[in-house]
Amino acid sequence: MSQTAALPATFADETSPAERVRGYWGTVGYRLRHDPVTLFFGAIVLLIVLMAIFAPLLAPFDPYKESVVLRLKPWGYRGHTLGTDELGRDLLSRLIYGARSSLLMGLVPVAIATFLGGTLGVIGGYAGRRVNAVIMRTMDVFYAFPSVLLAVAISGAMGGGMVNGMTALALVFIPAMCRVAETATAQVRSLDFIEAARATGAGTLTIVRYHVLGNVLGPVFIYASSLVSVSILLASGLSFLGLGVKPPTPDWGLMLSTLRQSIYVVPLSCALPGAAIFVTSICFNLVSDGIRSAMDVRL
Amino acid sequence: MNAEPIPAISAQQIAGTAFGHDEALVEVRDLTVRFVTRETTVHAVNGVNFSVRPGEVLCILGESGSGKSVTLRAMMRLLPPRRTRIEGSIAIDGQDVLALDKRALGELRGGLVSMIFQEPMTALDPVYTIGTQIAETVLRHKGGSRAAARARALELLELVKIPEAARRLDNYPHELSGGLRQRAMIAMALSCGPRLLLADEPTTALDATVQIQVLILLRRLQRELGMGTIFVTHDLGVAAEIADRIAVMYAGRIVEEGPVADVLRAPLHPYTQGLLASTVHGQSRERDIEAIPGSPPDLRRLAAGCAFAPRCGLVQSECHAAMPEPRYTAAGRMARCVRITQAALAAAE
Repeated sequence: MSQTAALPATFADETSPAERVRGYWGTVGYRLRHDPVTLFFGAIVLLIVLMAIFAPLLAPFDPYKESVVLRLKPWGYRGHTLGTDELGRDLLSRLIYGARSSLLMGLVPVAIATFLGGTLGVIGGYAGRRVNAVIMRTMDVFYAFPSVLLAVAISGAMGGGMVNGMTALALVFIPAMCRVAETATAQVRSLDFIEAARATGAGTLTIVRYHVLGNVLGPVFIYASSLVSVSILLASGLSFLGLGVKPPTPDWGLMLSTLRQSIYVVPLSCALPGAAIFVTSICFNLVSDGIRSAMDVRL
Repeated sequence: MNAEPIPAISAQQIAGTAFGHDEALVEVRDLTVRFVTRETTVHAVNGVNFSVRPGEVLCILGESGSGKSVTLRAMMRLLPPRRTRIEGSIAIDGQDVLALDKRALGELRGGLVSMIFQEPMTALDPVYTIGTQIAETVLRHKGGSRAAARARALELLELVKIPEAARRLDNYPHELSGGLRQRAMIAMALSCGPRLLLADEPTTALDATVQIQVLILLRRLQRELGMGTIFVTHDLGVAAEIADRIAVMYAGRIVEEGPVADVLRAPLHPYTQGLLASTVHGQSRERDIEAIPGSPPDLRRLAAGCAFAPRCGLVQSECHAAMPEPRYTAAGRMARCVRITQAALAAAE
């Protein structure tokens, strides 16, 4: 990492570093490779993603196939490893397919919010004054509502369904994303290297594209990665309330909602969608933490 | 120096003889910079005149808040336009800087004029390697391919004597020591062959030993490349090391100007005398270092008279009437003090 500290002053300029020089991303990669916690949970995230992608290959049964005779069977019943749900559908298959909607609902709203909120934030932070006031005060209006309530209200107003759910979640995340980008931009804007760039003849566009974005993308990306788990949780909440994914699409939140009525019949099966939500969300969270500390050059 | 009493010569006469307009690289005339907010107006620079010839090093010496950095930034129009009122004229290589449009200004900055900043840690972008940053500046002004720009960056790092330059290209600023960082910044400033280098206390943030190395490097580069240089510092030692001429600033005005040896050996203005007396230069341990009493004036409320009068040991009633006009004891040797004729006599005796 930094070689500045330990060298004797006289030779500080002339001594070559003993350590192999690696770039910023090299350092980040090196730190991630030597961080067992992040590696472990990153591997789980990867497994979940692969599971979602290859769901048709992995699922032992058709997740939509109902059966009156196979309702609420226990684990291991006739090849149904994790039993069946209240309509006789294979629970394992539905859990595997459910990863798809959970990941989509986790990633898409965050991606939209990162792009829109980030853009607004950088514009507001760099332009300052009136432009900033207009953008940030508008965001403050959204801040007045708790995020869960806002998500429920928006998707309730627009009606259920996956697309509306994702739109609602994106709208919930935009103000927070915008504020992070705005703060980071305002901090960067007052730093010397922006003035130094101006002193080498860089125009506003170059400064924003090259110097501001280069410094703001890091914190924005870190914040976005921490939002993924929140988004998964909120999406499950929306589905649970019947505002997100529509039945019969397999979705963890929806499954939790329908299975809850059978909690005294098959308690273990009821806990499964909840466990899946919990594991996915916490894995994203821990990986995000790991990336955050690996990306901080000053640590 | 002349033994006869020297009458105060007008600025125009001197300007005509000592530094002819045609050969000057920089001509700053009656530069005034005010920062205007709703509540107050800060008079940061109040009528500054100086000129720099090609290849000459002018040191602007002064304490914090004397307006020296503001003067430098005004020369590149780096001050926030909304709050800043700049008056007077700044000509660099015949171009009227204050009248330039955006595009011409972009070409001037980094092309004709470059600037080195005080804090090399914050003046380099932390997320790009120094090679990328230098190449980016080269591309912006000279165009050409990325590979050519990178080759030029390597050349520049070698020019500023960075050891193992090829490897250092891929270093991030935080991976370099303070001295190396400052060298990288100098390399970036020199990337497009500027004719004028503005240095804003480039050695202040460095260790004493590294400071000397960087100063020697700057002096050498300045001579080899024949750049006119304006070097802002509060350090008399640094000024003595690098300057051809010194301009001493106080409360936004140049109170004394002249060749480096004259100003440091025979200061005319009481403020310069005070500055020299307050430095450590081998006096006996028992003697206290003489400090200038009081503190610099409030730039929001400048009184009519000499700004230094409240702190001056030799103050006369005349001093409070008006800021003394520049008085010359020789060509290019100026001080703004009512005692100047007497002082010049005393020095000559």
